[in-house]
Amino acid sequence: MMQSVNTIVIVTLTLALLLAFYRLVRGPSLPDRVVALDLISMIIAGMLTASVIRTRQPVLLDAVTVMAVVSFFGTIAFARYLERRSLSDE
Amino acid sequence: MSELLTAAFLLVGSAFMGIAALGLVRFPDLYTRMHSASKASSLGVGCLLAGVAIAYPTAMVIAKCVLVLLFVFLTVPVAAHMIGRAAYLLGVPLWHGSVADDLKGRYSEDRSTLSSD
Repeated sequence: MMQSVNTIVIVTLTLALLLAFYRLVRGPSLPDRVVALDLISMIIAGMLTASVIRTRQPVLLDAVTVMAVVSFFGTIAFARYLERRSLSDE
Repeated sequence: MSELLTAAFLLVGSAFMGIAALGLVRFPDLYTRMHSASKASSLGVGCLLAGVAIAYPTAMVIAKCVLVLLFVFLTVPVAAHMIGRAAYLLGVPLWHGSVADDLKGRYSEDRSTLSSD
């Protein structure tokens, strides 16, 4: 049973990754792309969490921690950059 | 029993991640997309971490899961708020069907501060 559950989880997360990548490519404005990147890194953190079950390696949780931290700081940096750009345009 | 719970949490979590990505594609403007992406994805990661914590009930794994969960639940709303604020300052348009914009006109003179009146 666990085998098929793992397959379903990986397929669903991959579909989610493709949808988010569509928004990253298509997204009309730059903040849209930043939101898509944020969701992509969250989905990758979820994929790593699912691989803990699949590979029986709980040490992969450290990678999930790193992914969450990188996602947060990347989004914050993009937001600061966008905000400063909007201020200097005026 | 714990295997069933783990499978259920994994399926629910990945379903929420899929719903978040679907909302990111289907919603009409940036602000609704952001709401879908931030809320559903943090719940999805939370469910996946709960599944791992049930599958490996040792102190170390549970501590790491709780740590990541707290970090995600604290930082995702902050990041979404900052993106939304930056997008509003950039002038990203709202969906034409939006009924409320409480910030309209408040940023017009001095773009860095919000007038309260």
